[in-house]
Amino acid sequence: MFKGKFIDNLPKIYGTYTGGFLVFIILMAIAEQAGMSAKLIGIFFVAFTVLIYALIGWLSRTLQVDAYYVAGRQVPTVFNGMATAADWMSGASFVAMAGGIYFKGYGYMALLVGWTGGYVLVASLLAPYLRKFGCYTVPDFIGTRYGGNAARLSAVLVLTVASFTYVTAQINATGTIASVALDIPFNIAVYVGLLSILMCSLLGGMRAVTWTQVAQYIVLIIAYLLPVFWISNKMGAGVFPHFMLADEVARIAELESQFGLGTVKNSAADLATVPKGLAGITKAHSEVNTTPWKFISLAVCMMAGTASLPHVMMRYFTTPSVKSARRSVGWSLFFIFLLYSSAPMLATLSKLSLMDPNLATGIIGKSIADVQALDWYQNWNQANLMFVSDFNGNGTLELNEFFMGGKAVVLATPEIAGLPYVISGLVAAGGMAAAMSTADGLVLAIANALSHDLYYKIIDPKAETAKRLIVARVLLVIIGFAGATIAALEIQGILGSVIWAFDFAMSGLFFPLVLGVWWKRANAQGAVAGMLLGLASGTAYLIWVRNGGAGFWGVTQLTFGIVGSLVSLVSMIVVSLITKAPDAATQRMVDEVRIPSGKTVLGKQH
Amino acid sequence: MSKQQQHWEKTRGLLFITLAIWFVFSIGIFFFGAEMEASSFRPLGYPLSYYMTCQGSLGIFVILIFWFAGRQEKIDEEFGFTEREDD
Repeated sequence: MFKGKFIDNLPKIYGTYTGGFLVFIILMAIAEQAGMSAKLIGIFFVAFTVLIYALIGWLSRTLQVDAYYVAGRQVPTVFNGMATAADWMSGASFVAMAGGIYFKGYGYMALLVGWTGGYVLVASLLAPYLRKFGCYTVPDFIGTRYGGNAARLSAVLVLTVASFTYVTAQINATGTIASVALDIPFNIAVYVGLLSILMCSLLGGMRAVTWTQVAQYIVLIIAYLLPVFWISNKMGAGVFPHFMLADEVARIAELESQFGLGTVKNSAADLATVPKGLAGITKAHSEVNTTPWKFISLAVCMMAGTASLPHVMMRYFTTPSVKSARRSVGWSLFFIFLLYSSAPMLATLSKLSLMDPNLATGIIGKSIADVQALDWYQNWNQANLMFVSDFNGNGTLELNEFFMGGKAVVLATPEIAGLPYVISGLVAAGGMAAAMSTADGLVLAIANALSHDLYYKIIDPKAETAKRLIVARVLLVIIGFAGATIAALEIQGILGSVIWAFDFAMSGLFFPLVLGVWWKRANAQGAVAGMLLGLASGTAYLIWVRNGGAGFWGVTQLTFGIVGSLVSLVSMIVVSLITKAPDAATQRMVDEVRIPSGKTVLGKQH
Repeated sequence: MSKQQQHWEKTRGLLFITLAIWFVFSIGIFFFGAEMEASSFRPLGYPLSYYMTCQGSLGIFVILIFWFAGRQEKIDEEFGFTEREDD
């Protein structure tokens, strides 16, 4: 069936895989009709998909350095786009984003703009040039371009801080989904999640992660789009929701004013009875509800963070050419766009199906006792994601008396809208795929930086291939376990940690990376100052604001990257200019990076 | 001016155009959120502010990157810096 080379057969292989997955969904739907329990369907979905990823991971095992670090640089443009999209869209995008839009409306959508706009910076400022450089890791570029171990080490430091903050959130997300779907306690589920993550990356490094990420993208995009289209059609809201929900958006605004959104306020005593983590609708759905600066500063941080996060950048090291790296960024964003443009539609459908009294699913305005008797309400109330309470004692559920967790928008909406349980199982598998694929990329980014840049380039440059790859794998396991242990402590919410990771990356890496290509005069001293002072000032600002500091310029704990990166830029320029210009060899290297043709700056094996 | 300098000059020019378009749709228009909301121009019937945040700007970024990639390939070709196929 698959003659010839693996790479030439990719469309066939993944086509078969997608077909197989669809058949699996249909089989599950038939099993549900035949009386299979919801619990069992959930277990089947998560277990089946995770086993497939593990199988791909095992099939992609390798003993070669360039396969382990950059998948042999032969990942075709479109497939790399899919892998990047999976790498990029985390548990936060999949599970939390629609919920954020549901509760916060316009203000939250700054994240949507930021998490897509950043790719323009990736394509135009960095990806093609770093691909030409031929590095294995992001610190590899910094270390070679600026020269010296200080620069390399600083880059490893920033990378580790940013990626580690991010990865704990992802392992947390895999744990949450595994614990719900497999019905096991969270602190055990975290390690089940970790085990599945390691199975995908341990044997084959970047090569294995690439091919599992493509498989994970296919699962997560089906799991996200299918319910959106289904609910929209079932509600009669439109065959193609993205183009047809204008009436629904207007209807929500109408209902908001009818139900007294913003005029009826809950007392503090009433709110104290609401379980932690649940929220009511307090912001208008589509109205502009934030100041321009708040919106823009958040978007700017997410964009610059996108361009500095190493686990994204390293995906573009795996394409066969500079040209394909550039195009691959476009494909990545296209595949991300498919999900991101659907999140607001899901939020709209979810909100309307709960709010509209004309719909069978609407609960606002119904009697509290009726709502409490609903099957799905009882399920999600038990899972601590939904809560109603008759604050004003009139026996009717008011808009301000209904509370929901952010995750429930994605996880519970199919059930609320009356879709079969098989869809809920599919959504769980999608969430698992999203969180796993990002965690894979992050763990690998950290482990590769430590094994390649710290161990091989600094500690033991004479290490043999076999030894290098063993060190890389041992580090992978250690970092995974450290991440899982911290995730089990549940210090910060998923979305908060993700936003912090962007700010850390932006503080320390954005300008040293960009100026490395675009400013020949930038030198090692400047880069080290930029990375360390940027990271330190960003972190200091975060700690200050977290401990009650007033902050300045309206910069909050979510946008501290603005302070960090400005300090980074200024210190990098000043220090570069007062120290010696880079030598002629370095300048020639930068010239070489700026043209696509010719050999990579670093050799194929290094 | 050497071929390489000319190539870089043009590349930089393309970068500035790309970043200018990017700036308008990622930052510029959001200074005018309230004005966009009040605007009578409603794509597909959505309020303009809502539309731009959930589809408009996002779609423009996708198109912008492909346009940029195509232009950059032309520049590389013009100065003979295109990679060989077997590279």
